[in-house]
Amino acid sequence: MKKIYQILIVLTVLALIPFYSNSQCKSFAKKVCKLELTPYIHDGNYNAAILTEGEDAELYKTFYAGQNYRIYICGSDALPEIEFQVLDVNRNVLYDNRKNDYSRVWDFKLQASQQLIISLRVKNSEGESEELVSGCVAIMFGIKEEAD
Amino acid sequence: MNIKLLHRRALYFLAFIIAFGIITGCASDKKKGKDSDDLVTIDSLEIDEQLIQDVKTVKEIFYSLPSPLETAMILKQAGAKYNEELLNPTDNVSRYVTNKSMALNLGIYTTDLSYASLFDQTQATINYMNAAKKMAEGLGILNAIDEDVIERLEANINNRDVIMDIISETIMNSSSFFEENDRQALSTIVLVGGWVEGLYIATNLVGADADFNNNELINRIIDQKLTLGTVISLLDESSDNADVQAVMTNVSELKAIFEKIEITTSKIEPVTDEETNITTLESETTISMSPATYNELKEKVKVIRSNYIL
Repeated sequence: MKKIYQILIVLTVLALIPFYSNSQCKSFAKKVCKLELTPYIHDGNYNAAILTEGEDAELYKTFYAGQNYRIYICGSDALPEIEFQVLDVNRNVLYDNRKNDYSRVWDFKLQASQQLIISLRVKNSEGESEELVSGCVAIMFGIKEEAD
Repeated sequence: MNIKLLHRRALYFLAFIIAFGIITGCASDKKKGKDSDDLVTIDSLEIDEQLIQDVKTVKEIFYSLPSPLETAMILKQAGAKYNEELLNPTDNVSRYVTNKSMALNLGIYTTDLSYASLFDQTQATINYMNAAKKMAEGLGILNAIDEDVIERLEANINNRDVIMDIISETIMNSSSFFEENDRQALSTIVLVGGWVEGLYIATNLVGADADFNNNELINRIIDQKLTLGTVISLLDESSDNADVQAVMTNVSELKAIFEKIEITTSKIEPVTDEETNITTLESETTISMSPATYNELKEKVKVIRSNYIL
């Protein structure tokens, strides 16, 4: 009977991991990532996921003429560097953070509204590690009003 | 109660927790499964770089619509004025009893709230935050907008930066709640409600004598053709949901009108200002829309929005 309990407890913990990870991710995005958008205002959208090294994600969004934007790619400290690119709809590269020392911030504005693609990839860890590292990655957008 | 019975009940409880966790855990990995279905079957051993690229799947795909806050900022930047008569009256809150109507009107009221706050309408800001709170409560979104939020709003009612930060936080609390609880369909409906409200306000603020070739508000309305594709992709992700299907019917009607509008864009050139480190994406866009198409769009948005606010 004791063994059954032990197995059930382990399974319970495993079953609850997705909930824990998701709420950790939200808390991370809210408390850590949002601050990095200052002086831009966070648009309020929540785009975050648990990614493992080597995995990638893409985000599609229309950006509007006349607005000032900040993109901030926020990853938990445990993760290796995150590569991110901004592409147009024909997948021409408009920005690549590998040319900017893996900067996670990009400020921009547009002459004409455009649909853009934010493409990111968590790099693989350097060295020989048997364990793959996972962590929360959030794509945050800040907007700034033009001064009156 | 004997010890054996207690053990048995504890076992049942643990088994339930595990089953629930596994089922919902699998559901939250829906996107992963969908991506796996897209894998290409390889029937040749000549694997080249291009093929590797084709087979590669993206783990997560996000479709991001303008949030109610961004919509309001776009309107203001384009020269919109404040007109409270265009907003959904807060007295209407009692009409919304289904999940669909509460989700649509959470989006609508949050856009109205953002619009009012950007124009420093203090009383309207408080009223619309309370209306949004009622919708959030109806949808079971815990702590998205609690009493503390309302108190902070009232205490900082003359500080626009703090108010916008509070609004941004409430939007994030709602969207992350839906994400965490695997209620993506409702999250999408909230965003579409807010998007339609933005279109409704914008189309009603364009004056009858507006110059179609040189009006920023009209340009931003036309730009919604670009966002429409993202709206449809987002709705497609929850296409098995009956409420989403109903909303999709409305969006398809809008799509038929937007297809009459032509937008052509030149190649985008990124130019970075070395001093500010801000990049400008330079491009030229040509837009073509007839007044008849504009009026058709305005009328359709009005009908859809009337159905949403009941």
